[in-house]
This record gives sequence, C-alpha cells and structure tokens, in this order.
Amino acid sequence: MAVAVRTLSFREAINEALSQEMERDPSVLLMGEDVAGGATVPGFDQEDAWGGVLGVTKGLVQKFGRDRVLDTPISESGYIGAAVGAAATGLRPVAELMFVDFFGVCMDQIFNQGAKLRYMFGGKAKVPVVIRTMIGAGFRAAGQHSGCHYSVFTHMPGLKTVVPSTPADAKGLLAAAIRDDDPVLFFEHKLLYDVQGEVPAGEHLIELGKADIKREGDRVTVVAIGRMVQMALDAAESLSSEGVSVEVVDPRTLSPLDEDTILSSVRKTRRLVVVDEDNPRCSMATDLVALVASRAFDDLDAPPQMVTAPHTPVPFSPIMEDFYVPTPEKVAEAVRATL
Amino acid sequence: MEITRDRAVWIYERMALIRVFEERVAQLFADGRIAGFVHLYAGEEAVAVGICTHLNDGDFITSTHRGHGHCIAKGVDPGEMMAELFGRLGGSCKGKGGSMHIADVSKGMLGANGIVGGGPPLAAGAALTAKVQGSGAVAVCFFGDGAAEQGTTHEAMNLAAIWKLPVVFVCENNQFAESTPVSYHCAATSIADRAASYNIPGVTVDGYDVVAVYEAAGEAIARARRGDGPSLLEAKTWRYFGHFEGDQITYRTAEQSAAYREHDPLTTFARQAQDRELLQKEDVDRIDADVKKKVEDAIEFAEASPQPAPEDALTDVYVAYR
Repeated sequence: MAVAVRTLSFREAINEALSQEMERDPSVLLMGEDVAGGATVPGFDQEDAWGGVLGVTKGLVQKFGRDRVLDTPISESGYIGAAVGAAATGLRPVAELMFVDFFGVCMDQIFNQGAKLRYMFGGKAKVPVVIRTMIGAGFRAAGQHSGCHYSVFTHMPGLKTVVPSTPADAKGLLAAAIRDDDPVLFFEHKLLYDVQGEVPAGEHLIELGKADIKREGDRVTVVAIGRMVQMALDAAESLSSEGVSVEVVDPRTLSPLDEDTILSSVRKTRRLVVVDEDNPRCSMATDLVALVASRAFDDLDAPPQMVTAPHTPVPFSPIMEDFYVPTPEKVAEAVRATL
Repeated sequence: MEITRDRAVWIYERMALIRVFEERVAQLFADGRIAGFVHLYAGEEAVAVGICTHLNDGDFITSTHRGHGHCIAKGVDPGEMMAELFGRLGGSCKGKGGSMHIADVSKGMLGANGIVGGGPPLAAGAALTAKVQGSGAVAVCFFGDGAAEQGTTHEAMNLAAIWKLPVVFVCENNQFAESTPVSYHCAATSIADRAASYNIPGVTVDGYDVVAVYEAAGEAIARARRGDGPSLLEAKTWRYFGHFEGDQITYRTAEQSAAYREHDPLTTFARQAQDRELLQKEDVDRIDADVKKKVEDAIEFAEASPQPAPEDALTDVYVAYR
C-alpha cells in the first residue's frame, strides 16, 4: 500500500510528530517557555498562541489543552528538572529548551540527574524525556543564541542525541525519540524550520542509530550533520560536474552513532570529509575522524579533512557570521584536497 | 491527628532503625569496610520519620546526600541499602550508586542525590506526574539549609506554586552547610519565611520533636492531597556526626552537641509515648533489640551478596562507544 506523502516544512513535520504522539499516548506532554504562548494570557484562552518563539508547537494547546501543553516560567533548571522527575515517575515529557545555548543554566538537571539516574539506580529507573532545542548560526543572533553544542551532550553517557536534516527525518526521529526510554536531546537547526520536504502522513518512525545515505557516490565520503547535509549536497552537485562522485552520509543521530554505515562508506571511497557547524575541539568532527583513523586507517588514501566552524563563539556581524558557517565552497575545497 | 499505638510503634521503630543503621555504618566506615563518601543522618531522625509516617509506597520522595534516613523512613530494605554501601550486586542499585544515590523507585524513593539542590525540580516533576495521572499521590522534597540557597530550590517552589503541584518542600535545617553556619549563608532569619515569596504556607517546627513534625507534615500533606498546592516546612535539627565521615567537626563545640543529645528525638519520643500510654517500657526495649538485629542481618546480607564483575560497569546505560 502506498504511503500518503505530502510536502511539509521542517517546522510542520515536528509539530505533526508531537501532535500524533500526544494523540497516541496520553502520558506525552509538552512544556517550555511560550510553548502555549498567548494561551495563558487571561481572556486569550481561545486565541491562537505563539506556540514557541518560532511557532513549532503552534495550535497544540488548542488541540490538547493547557494541562498537556504547559507554559513554564523562564526557569530552565526548574522545568527541565521537573520534566526529568516526571519522566522518572511515569510521564513522557517533551521539554523545549528555547536555544541550546541556555543549557548553561540547567545543565545539572540534564547531566547529573537525567543522564545518570538510570545508571546510578542500577537500571531500576528509566527517564523517557525528550529535550527539544534550537541550534545554529544564521539569525544574526550572536554569541548566546546561535551555537550548536550537540558535541557537549554527545560526550555525556546516558544521553542520546539527534540532529535531523530534513522534514521527514525530523518527524520520524522525533516520534522515535518520544518512544525511547532514555533521555534524548533533539537538536533543531533554526534555519531548517522553513525548509520544505516530503513527509509521510501517518505513523512514521526512524530508528535511532541508523545513518542515511543522502546521496550515493564512490570517490569521496562526506559525513555531514544537520543543516550541513545541505551544504554537502550542494558541494556534491557542483563536484559532479568536475567528475568527482561524492557520497553524502547523514548520521542523523550522534549517540547512538551508526559507525558501520560510516566505515563501510569510507572503505568504499577511501576518503573522508566531515562537515560540522559545531566548534571543532573535542567535537563530533574530531570524533568521526578518530573513528575512521583508528578503525579504517589502512583503507584511507588521503588524510581526512574537517570543515567546521572556527573555535570561537558565534559573531554578530553578518559578514563575520557568514564567514563562521561552513559553505558548499569550503566543502568542495576540502573534497578536492583528498583527491 | 491522633497518634495511635500502632503508629507510635512504627515511629519509634523507624527512628531507632535509622539511628542504629547510621551508628553501625560509622563503625564500618572507620574500619575500612565501606568505601567512598558517607554522610550520616543520626540526630535528624524525627524529620524523615515524622514526615514519612503520612506517606505510602505510591507517594514520592527526593532526598539528599544525607539520604539513609529518608530511605529507611520510606521503606527501602536495610539489607539492600547496606549491600549498596558495600558495593555489592545485591545492593539497591547493584553497586552502581553507593551512599549518595541509593534509590528504590518501587517504593517511591527517587534517590539520594549527590548534588545539593538537585532534588527539588525532580520532586516538582514527580508531583506533576501525580497531578496529571490524578493518582492522589504527593511528593516530598527533602533538602538541607545549604540547598535553601540554590536556585533550583527556588525555581521548583515557584513552579510548584504556579502549577499547584502536590508537593511538600521540607527543609532540614541542621544549621550547617558543610562547615558554614546558616547564620552566615542565609540572608533570611527563617527559611520558612521564604514561602511568602511563592504565596504558599511556610512553617518552622522543632525537628527534634517527632510529634511536632508529624502534625505539621500532616497539614501540609493533606493540603497537597486535596489539590491545594505546595507548602514549605522548615525543621530545625542537628546532626550528631560530621558533614561526612572523617570530618573532625572543628566548627562546632562538644557542648553544643551535648545540649542536643539531652533532647534526643528518640528518647524524647519514647518518654512522650510512655507518658501517653502508647508504648510500654517493654515495647521500647523490644524495638531497640529488634532494630539491632535488623541492622546486623543487613550487614550479614551485604557481606553475603556477590561482588559485581568489572564489566558490570558497562550495563544499565546506553553504551555508544567501542
């Protein structure tokens, strides 16, 4: 039977996953700053709400009510911790941390509580919480609203980390994250929200830990994360006119990491380029290069290349910010360096 | 809220069990038979027991680094607790948690916590679960005077107040955050007064008087169960041991501790209960003997429990790295 597929934006795909999971499972609830938005203003109960600062949860409070779409105070330690506590006692909360940069104010509740409870309790607790958060440069939002930082969380045992690159992946991965019994950090790039793509209409699940080959090729493997997948695809397209066949691998989840798909692609192409918008020191970029260097060294014909943000905070000036983010041109240059 | 004979027996038995457990742990630690960090609850028994008398297995508590008393009051098995302190497979966390992370979710005990102020948001979350599920359960958040200064504590109280969550915040004010006195670290003269900021009831009780704790907790817990929201209860107390085992307690005087010992919560309650003819002298003697045996049995259980294999370290967490 053919699966009905429509074109949705990345934002709408996330909204649909939340809506379908909330319909399916009454223990799923949302909390975060402004996720119901104006719906908590007295007299505005029936008005359409903000639905988060970028409208990802729009309409859900009208559908599921204020008991399941909870506006929170600007109190990240309080409500992220409450989401962890609720998860440990029987709910499946999806908490929104508006910008990932705000992890600084609530990291204890994520790292020392959420991530460690199951292990410290000898496996006798589960913490099925999802923390959705916005990442990435491009909004001219400067140093405290533009980081990626998924490497920080991927470093922490006990957390799973998901970085979708397309609307369909966002829907399928978020539904799987909500059903997962471990804490999952779900990173949404703010410049992807308006990207359109085909999305299956009904239940759509993508297993965590399965990479996706976004473009097949046989000369160079480019592993790209989140919004950088599009940079890699654009580079691959321009390189194809030079006769260079690029394979683009999207890991989709960083923890668990689909090492097998990455390694088998590199064994085929014998070359690796990693594209990552996060800062490079102790990052996914260095981790992926280490993976290939330690497990497939003899299969390599060239040193692996990394295209990353510089090791600085994100600058405000449009000129500097554009310089900060990897571009298809930089990716193509790195690919050529492996040839 | 009258205390019945059965309840009096339970209260005295739990307090005596905590006391003997902690005194034996102190010896075992000094003898090198227990490793790591150990923070003992002796002296504060009336708080955990006075509160937990009102709770059942469906209710939740969050605890602190000084958590053994809360565990025992909430019904966690002393044998599994002791085995955890010994790092054995039979421990409540299979040897992965140790003293600062003893937990038993099946008893509603959501863990001792090595982070000062780590528990309050979790307690708010457990109360949110109770509210959403309509289970009638309540959550109790134990925290010390040290944690009273953590932002998480204030955030959790505010959140619980705006969402009217069924949670009781219990500040065990033993008057020292490690070695720093509350008179120095707290700008308020009474921690309970801070409840006013959250528009919730805040009361201070004598944490050495289990009956006073029991009565104040009864009101706060009933209010939470009715759906009327959170409360803050401050119990003034004193720990007999140091902040941790090994602490030379150079910041308090022996005279101060001796004065508290004169009003010891166990002997005080034993006398009150006998005066009110709830307990007989024989009951007290029998319970004292019973709890000693329970603790010796717990040690025997712990010693008989197998050691984990080194590779057991790799289970109970998602292992993503080879």
